[in-house]
Amino acid sequence: MVMLTAHFQLKLEAFELQVQLQLPATGISVITGASGAGKSLLLRCIAGLESPQIGYCQFKDELWQDSSRRLFLAVYQRPLGYVFQEACLFPHLTVQQNIAYGRKRVALPQAQAHLELVLALLNIKHLLHRKPAKLSGGEKQRVAIARALAVNPKLLLMDEPLASLDQAHKHEILPYLRRLQQELALPIVYVTHSPREITQLADYLVLMEAGKVLASGALQAVLTRLDLPLAQSQRASSVIQAEVLAYDAEFELLQLKFSGGILSLPHTELAKGNLLRLRIYARDVSLSLQPPRLLEASPSLPAQVLAWVDHSSGYTTLSLQVGHEQLLAQLTRKAATLLGLKLGQTVYAEIKNAAILS
Amino acid sequence: MLTLEDWTAIALTLKLASLTTFILLLIATPLAWHLAQTQGWWKAPLNALVALPLVLPPTVLGFYLLVVLGPKGWVGQSMQALGLETLPFSFTGLLVASVLYSLPFVVQPIQAAFSSLDRRLLEAALTLRAHPLDAFFTVALPLSKQGFLTAIVLGFAHTVGEFGVVLMIGGNISGETRVVSVQLYNHVEAMNYQAAHSLAALLVLFAFSVLLGLYYLNRGK
Repeated sequence: MVMLTAHFQLKLEAFELQVQLQLPATGISVITGASGAGKSLLLRCIAGLESPQIGYCQFKDELWQDSSRRLFLAVYQRPLGYVFQEACLFPHLTVQQNIAYGRKRVALPQAQAHLELVLALLNIKHLLHRKPAKLSGGEKQRVAIARALAVNPKLLLMDEPLASLDQAHKHEILPYLRRLQQELALPIVYVTHSPREITQLADYLVLMEAGKVLASGALQAVLTRLDLPLAQSQRASSVIQAEVLAYDAEFELLQLKFSGGILSLPHTELAKGNLLRLRIYARDVSLSLQPPRLLEASPSLPAQVLAWVDHSSGYTTLSLQVGHEQLLAQLTRKAATLLGLKLGQTVYAEIKNAAILS
Repeated sequence: MLTLEDWTAIALTLKLASLTTFILLLIATPLAWHLAQTQGWWKAPLNALVALPLVLPPTVLGFYLLVVLGPKGWVGQSMQALGLETLPFSFTGLLVASVLYSLPFVVQPIQAAFSSLDRRLLEAALTLRAHPLDAFFTVALPLSKQGFLTAIVLGFAHTVGEFGVVLMIGGNISGETRVVSVQLYNHVEAMNYQAAHSLAALLVLFAFSVLLGLYYLNRGK
């Protein structure tokens, strides 16, 4: 189901944004790309903060903008929430007044109970009477998110909301974002250039380059496309869904089941049946041609070689089919050559490490 | 000490300065906003025009106003055609002159405040469902408070201090156009130095308090 259809053509001095995009109705759509790719500009177009020469923007069944019919809904008429890179809190108002600012301007504000939930989720109840100047960077950004949600938006746009924060504050906010999206069932369009945020948050991924959409699709599909710069970088990774099968308390190992087999991962105990998202760096996957011996600590999984690409740094990235999932593996070009791989060949992939994202 | 004439002049001066400042705020706010926002070719000429009274001798401004507003000027003639009194040598004429004369002192601080506003705050207000005008009153104005206070103080004080323009366009009519600076001039002309001292000292005290107040105001930023 399509939530957002956006066509924009915007010429600035030395830059041209030329985008035709459809985003799905649920979950988090992440727009990524190098700086200067036009991702923030695209988000500003969706919000109505820019006036592109040619523009068409439809959200669900509401037409927001159609330059061919001279239709343009102003920013303040679009039912969206916007979180800027800097928190952009009003310095002359308290946290509470900041949150109330938008809330009292909408006909159907976020219900009080809902707002309470948001304040609790973002852990800002104790800050309500402070001025923004007295908040830390992470606190400011959490307040900015609450302020955007308080208008009860149908769509939340976030422009690199974590970029201005240090590592510790990023870790402080990231977990909230997923939960927010799930608890409020609110579609989010999220701009970032951080691979970590992409793998942690995205359901749908849009990759931009020089003002154009290079690729878009479900996260797993875009991550494992070997023709894109994502898969060819040193930090290439793939993402799989897995379910908690059991916990081995003696070795503190979590047994996880996914369509390609069973993984074990050192971790604290999680309840059986929990669905997890795992990120597996391509460099953490090693391949062998021999089936695993019994009693191996982390058993290898049978995988089929789908394709590979050599890249300039002396590495080769392979995409593998493991069950219903696609994994990336990165080897040195020499190792890949010595294995003598053929397309469709069955190999055995050992997953040396995986990060639990949610 | 101060005579009844002196008090009349003081009251008139205060009335003139208050009204001038009030009118100037109404004119300068949209003008300053436009100047702070626009990127058009007219920005530089308009800025120069607004700043003109800063560098022109007040008598030049007064002279041209006298010519334009007088019975033979085009404004004066249109006013007469409408059956209205001409403006020179009236309080209203003085008010018009003061507004022009003090314009840069009110526009410039407000313009500086508007220019230093973080545009993203206004965009944030728009994304929070505020109409642009709403965003202006609830975000831009409160955040430019300092600029407005400076503008009010400077506009008021500068109007109190005007002399050349008054003489040219307002003359020396008691209760109508005779402001403190002119009254002081009259005392000196009449060799009444004692009376001149009282008024002059009062103006010095006023000017000093204003500048001191401004200093504290800007320090509190």
